[in-house]
Amino acid sequence: MADLTSNFLGIKSPNPFWLASAPPTDKEYNVRRAFEAGWGGVVWKTLGAEGPPVVNVNGPRYGVVYGADRRVLGLNNIELITDRPLEVNLQEMTSVKRDYPDRALIASIMVPCEEEAWKAILPRVEETRADGIELNFGCPHGMAERGMGSAVGQVPEYIEMVTRWCKHYTRMPVIVKLTPNITDIRAPAQAAKRGGADAVSLINTINSITSVDLDNFAPQPTIDGKGSHGGYCGPAVKPIALNMVAEIARDPATAGLPISGIGGVTTWRDAAEFLALGASNVQVCTAAMTYGFKIVQEMISGLSDYMDKKGFTSVDQISGRAVPNTTDWQYLNLNYVTKAQINEDDCIKCGRCYAACEDTSHQAIAVSSDRVYSVKDEECVACNLCVDVCPVDCISMRELALGEVDQRTGTPVAGYGNWTSHPNNPSSQAAQ
Amino acid sequence: MSNSQLTEGICANRLSPDALAQNFTDIAPSLTAHEAQVAADRCYFCHDAPCQTACPTDIDIPLFIRQIATQTPDAAGMTIFDSNILGGMCARVCPTENLCEGACVRMKAEGKPVEIGRLQRFATDGVMARQDHPYTRAAATGRTVSVIGAGPAGLACAHRLAMKGHSVTIYDARPKAGGLNEFGIASYKAVEGFAAAEVAWLMQIGGIKMVENWQLGRAGDGDLSDILAQSDAVFLGMGLSGVNALRLKGEDKDNIIPATNFIAQLRQASDLAALPIGRDVVVIGGGMTAVDAAVQAKLLGALNVTIVYRRGRDAMPASAHEQEIALSRGVRIIEHAAPKAIIGNGAVRHIEFCYTKNGPDGLEMTDATFRLPADQCFTAIGQTLGDMPEIVIVKGGKIITDGAGRTSMARVWAGGDCTHAGDDLTVTAVAQGRDAAEDIHLFLAKG
Repeated sequence: MADLTSNFLGIKSPNPFWLASAPPTDKEYNVRRAFEAGWGGVVWKTLGAEGPPVVNVNGPRYGVVYGADRRVLGLNNIELITDRPLEVNLQEMTSVKRDYPDRALIASIMVPCEEEAWKAILPRVEETRADGIELNFGCPHGMAERGMGSAVGQVPEYIEMVTRWCKHYTRMPVIVKLTPNITDIRAPAQAAKRGGADAVSLINTINSITSVDLDNFAPQPTIDGKGSHGGYCGPAVKPIALNMVAEIARDPATAGLPISGIGGVTTWRDAAEFLALGASNVQVCTAAMTYGFKIVQEMISGLSDYMDKKGFTSVDQISGRAVPNTTDWQYLNLNYVTKAQINEDDCIKCGRCYAACEDTSHQAIAVSSDRVYSVKDEECVACNLCVDVCPVDCISMRELALGEVDQRTGTPVAGYGNWTSHPNNPSSQAAQ
Repeated sequence: MSNSQLTEGICANRLSPDALAQNFTDIAPSLTAHEAQVAADRCYFCHDAPCQTACPTDIDIPLFIRQIATQTPDAAGMTIFDSNILGGMCARVCPTENLCEGACVRMKAEGKPVEIGRLQRFATDGVMARQDHPYTRAAATGRTVSVIGAGPAGLACAHRLAMKGHSVTIYDARPKAGGLNEFGIASYKAVEGFAAAEVAWLMQIGGIKMVENWQLGRAGDGDLSDILAQSDAVFLGMGLSGVNALRLKGEDKDNIIPATNFIAQLRQASDLAALPIGRDVVVIGGGMTAVDAAVQAKLLGALNVTIVYRRGRDAMPASAHEQEIALSRGVRIIEHAAPKAIIGNGAVRHIEFCYTKNGPDGLEMTDATFRLPADQCFTAIGQTLGDMPEIVIVKGGKIITDGAGRTSMARVWAGGDCTHAGDDLTVTAVAQGRDAAEDIHLFLAKG
């Protein structure tokens, strides 16, 4: 069993798996059950300002995108921040933290974009002995219409300003949660850093309509005949989240800024991928909402198993390990050549590789009368689509050795060469 | 009810009505919508799908399963019916493990195919449950076609011709249409009168007249020349009405009857409890008919039912799945044994068998023998063509046809089990009936 202990901004937790600020962390009952199940930390459901709490809809709050067998691939929600009184949440947080001192407890906060509002709430959160705060600049629905959530997260100047207030009024570590509903994630991350943020967490949910009721012609989830855009999360958003995490990790302006990775983490493998691209820990929501708190046990055993096999003795050793290999397209080696090859023994002859290649790619797969599929090296551009659509994973990519002739181009494989120096690149030619 | 499974001889009421109802319930009930969704999700939507290639009627299986998976089961049903108007019955009786499901690529992947047969039933049941018939008939052409035999081949042929606007008359020797579907398969495969309901549904296309109790060549009915005189074309789909004999002394003893007769009697029985069955039943043969007869004898309450087949189980025409059904219902299968003598005074009492072995020149009888007690013996050793008009060329007991179903005689087509192309499968008969109809239609269009 590898040591999964996590130290994020000095906040210690027995593992790097935290529950994200969301419906699962809305109250003491849930959070205690989460800790009993083994979660390393919890970001409490976002607190609002003192006074009458927000209200939620009383119709469906979630929409869903299914894969085969009704597997939840994506979830969309129109739930707002906590709809329970601030005082109740603070009391419960205090109680939980007292009983689980070894677990991380973070307070997520969303109050109006006014200094007084932040100044008022921070001391009260501190009294709970929470380990840190997370600024919710992310939620794209409802609260954004009131100038909060993603309405703040979409304006780097606001992020910087509010972050600075928080750093000024509290000793607690400040994590800024970023919205993905922007064009370039690096700008808000840089703003958070300028404001003094100790870390960023991302991504919050993505603005979305999951589906349309084709009988009533309304977006789903539908409330009395109307629907609204909501925040999308779950496995479907992981690729978007991974890219944004990597963008921040490799941006010289933010490199080294601790990152809490969020977005579709469903298994230990997803978590390890976020770590590899620069996150120091991960936050999970949809997987818990789909399967319950118990899934953390697989995440713990899986990550531990992986680390043992790889010889890693701490989570930090994974963190950022793939960042140096994340680059821009222009630096990819254009002289690297691979060819698909089909393992005939494992092939079940479904022909999906053939249909995909013949109809939508490069006509590089041949089929015999007895359904034996083979790759035409002279046509294969190594696009990988056949590998992607194969249901039994019997196609692999063979790397051509240096000097080996590529049957498609008739030229031997050369050493490293990228677009910046490619003869077809006008900039490259201009430089010569 | 004083009888039981132990009662000697042949008698009715061996089992309670409840037990009989339980025994003869649908062997593979329709999938629920959820089950269908889960089953459909397993389909890989293969290119040039092996399942479709394996289907004699060439149903676009990947397409209909995708239509189920995307919650349009009626569209799926239509995909099936477009190729196979008897898709509902085929979903119930096809030996799918030898056809579509046997070819499913998931057999290699996991040894567990997509449940194509049950998905087909799900889709076709849905369409057939609607009150309307989903096809409309083209404008009447004024052409007339006679179809001999209201079995799968004849029905498929008639429907396709009627759809194209021709007037069709179907003649069948039995008092009820449906052929093998109505009289020749195990009851638990097509419960609640499905075969008759399917005929009625199919007839809704219009333009088809059904003449029952009419046998080709029977005095007072008519012969082929009579039929030809009153039609523009004729399709022969009368199946195989005769049965092979055991060619044993004593074969004429009482209670030795063709398995097909027993099955037909059972299928038409209004009260299964009233149907007499022996305590000891022997079925001779190794095909689907043998299995259907044996299993139903067991389900009626026979104490000992034994199938005796002259070759090994691997050579049985009944599929492995059918054999499993028999074994799981308590039927005993004795392989490599052939009947040698029938013993009994007036009625059969015992049957003597000798064991066989495979020799260089085929099957050899050995000296080792055994006897089985038999109150009843059902023979299922193959069926034969009934009397055929000599004007159609017959070879090896079957009508010779070309690829389009044309016989040696002008304006006469044939399909199904009565032809050389038949292979004792409903689905093959449907394909041949359909294809002959297309060829007849082309022929009529030219004329």
